[in-house]
Amino acid sequence: MKNRIYRIVLAAAVWLAGIIGNSIIKIMPDWMSFLLYLTSYVIIGRDIFLKAVRNIKNGNVFDENFLMSIAAIGAFIIGEYAEGAAVMLFYQTGEFFQDYAVDKSRKSIADLMDIRPEFANVKAGSELIEKDPEDVMPGDIILIKAGERVPLDGRVLEGSSLLDTSSLTGESVPREVQPGSEILSGCINLTGTLTVEVTREYGESTVSRILDLVENATDKKSGSERFITRFARYYTPVVVIIAVFLALIPPLVIKGAAFSDWFYRSLSFLVVACPCALVISVPLSFFGGIGGASSRGVLVKGGNYLEALAQVDGIVFDKTGTLTKGVFKIQDIQPTQHQGRTKEEILELSAYAEHFSNHPISLSLKEEYGREIDASRISEMEELPGHGVRAVVDGKVILAGNDKLMAENNIYYPPADAAGTLVYVAVDGEYAGFIRIDDEIKEDSYKAIKDLKKVGIRKAVMLTGDRKSAAEKVSRELGLDQVFAELLPDGKLEKLEELLKESPPKSRLAFAGDGINDAPALTRADVGIAMGGLGSDAAIEAADIVLMTDEPSKIATAVRIAKKTLRIAWQNIYLAISIKVLVLLLSAFGITSLWAAIFADVGVTIIAVLNSLRALYVKNL
Amino acid sequence: MTEKFRLKGLGCAACAAKMEDAICKLDGVKSATVNFMTAKLTIEGEDEKMPAIIQEAERIIKKLEPDVVMKKA
Repeated sequence: MKNRIYRIVLAAAVWLAGIIGNSIIKIMPDWMSFLLYLTSYVIIGRDIFLKAVRNIKNGNVFDENFLMSIAAIGAFIIGEYAEGAAVMLFYQTGEFFQDYAVDKSRKSIADLMDIRPEFANVKAGSELIEKDPEDVMPGDIILIKAGERVPLDGRVLEGSSLLDTSSLTGESVPREVQPGSEILSGCINLTGTLTVEVTREYGESTVSRILDLVENATDKKSGSERFITRFARYYTPVVVIIAVFLALIPPLVIKGAAFSDWFYRSLSFLVVACPCALVISVPLSFFGGIGGASSRGVLVKGGNYLEALAQVDGIVFDKTGTLTKGVFKIQDIQPTQHQGRTKEEILELSAYAEHFSNHPISLSLKEEYGREIDASRISEMEELPGHGVRAVVDGKVILAGNDKLMAENNIYYPPADAAGTLVYVAVDGEYAGFIRIDDEIKEDSYKAIKDLKKVGIRKAVMLTGDRKSAAEKVSRELGLDQVFAELLPDGKLEKLEELLKESPPKSRLAFAGDGINDAPALTRADVGIAMGGLGSDAAIEAADIVLMTDEPSKIATAVRIAKKTLRIAWQNIYLAISIKVLVLLLSAFGITSLWAAIFADVGVTIIAVLNSLRALYVKNL
Repeated sequence: MTEKFRLKGLGCAACAAKMEDAICKLDGVKSATVNFMTAKLTIEGEDEKMPAIIQEAERIIKKLEPDVVMKKA
């Protein structure tokens, strides 16, 4: 790198001496300035020339080294020494900038992703052994001291502390953890010492999954990237062929046309024919955009998804866990007078009935019940998706679920009209009472919907299995455009299919869910967004974009990043192509000099590369 | 099967695109990507043809950018 700078500076100095001496103060004889230009050319252009020769031997003609060498030598042949040396000098300067920019963005993404843990302190009896995280097994007990990085996913056994999760989630407020808390690898332990039981091996831990995801993200190329490589494939040969015709035909056809004049014009074509500015600036933008997004806790699985996200005009949300907290709280228990059971009994029965279910409602019932469940009292248990559960507890048949479950089992119940989700409980075919559970809207959801409207999302839709009245209340509060309630789990996918069919041809529809039960919808949507996605492997697998936090407003952030990235990529494409075409036209008519051609190549490269680097900076989006 | 390689010294985005094109056209290759930014080559191909594919891929890469070192990742 240093070596290159010295060479560029040296060659530039020699070249400038020639220009100043010969053309500006005009005291230097021509032969002397010629020698200076030649020296400059040799210093800076030697290796390019050698590369060109080697590549021709390999049967690889239209490459940049070759084009630049020919242009430079051609300029020397027709006596334009200053320009000939300048072609090489500026080309090298441009290359230098380009490499610098690529290096810089590779590095800054490596820094963003610098979450790889170095070691784990594994407890073996009373001793601590430092091990490579890859050699630690689930079930091992590890000790994490203050200041250390959490090496593997696990559960806290002892100690409490604050964790800095910013490298995973972009969230700057530290998270408190106590015994029982799940912790993710990649976080930094800030204050106390934690004793942790490892729950996942390194390969499946959060840290290695994130690294994998981001590493592979740029493998999936965006449409604009494919466009530009395809364009470049034809562009260079076409321009070179025109250059050859330009040098040969006019001098033969037009009377009095000087060969050297047209040859000079064709040299401009060779310089402008280089495709690299075009080709590099687009992937560089996407690389920056994807890297920038991950610094904000948004993992994008490919340039193509970033592109699709920029075109999204409708978002379909799953309600529970996405727009609402997904934490159900028991608000009220109402036994019927008739059966005479107490509130505690109703709660106990339903908690037992739902014991084997992982549905958020079941979890909240068990939490409210709060006591150990004696599984031997449960003899049968069946989960009825979209309805509830049927179980046999202490020999009694318990039904716990929604109105559909009651209706299907011909149980007479007084329909209650209360906000939230109602769990009706029946014992041995007789209605016993209901439990009212309510979920809260996330604070962040209000901001999310507002922000999404601001970034141009036309339609925000919510799908839920909840009752209509509860769903509509949430929808009204958040200002959603459409809501579909009382859907069975596979009904959500069907609705999504319908919405996809209805949406206008060029627009894209995104689906955002928390990953529980909605992997098929995540896959089916144009863009699948999984929230707080590190919990569920299936969600990470199915989603195109994974939000590390459970804030839906991050979707708006992601859209803004995507739009910015796309804007930069297309700016580069338009800028480079239009300047190149303009310079080609002007030089075909002999209006401009080789200088303009050098600008069209090197200048445009530098501008495009610098513009691409902007994609990395997404702090305020 | 899928194999990944690091392309150390990959310096030209247009060449990377040409490599990808040429490797994709090799017999037995299902898909191939050359990622310029991460300097990585990923080839998915038929198991029994893989050794030949890798050899050919290396030849293509050397032809387009002789300074690149291809290393298994």
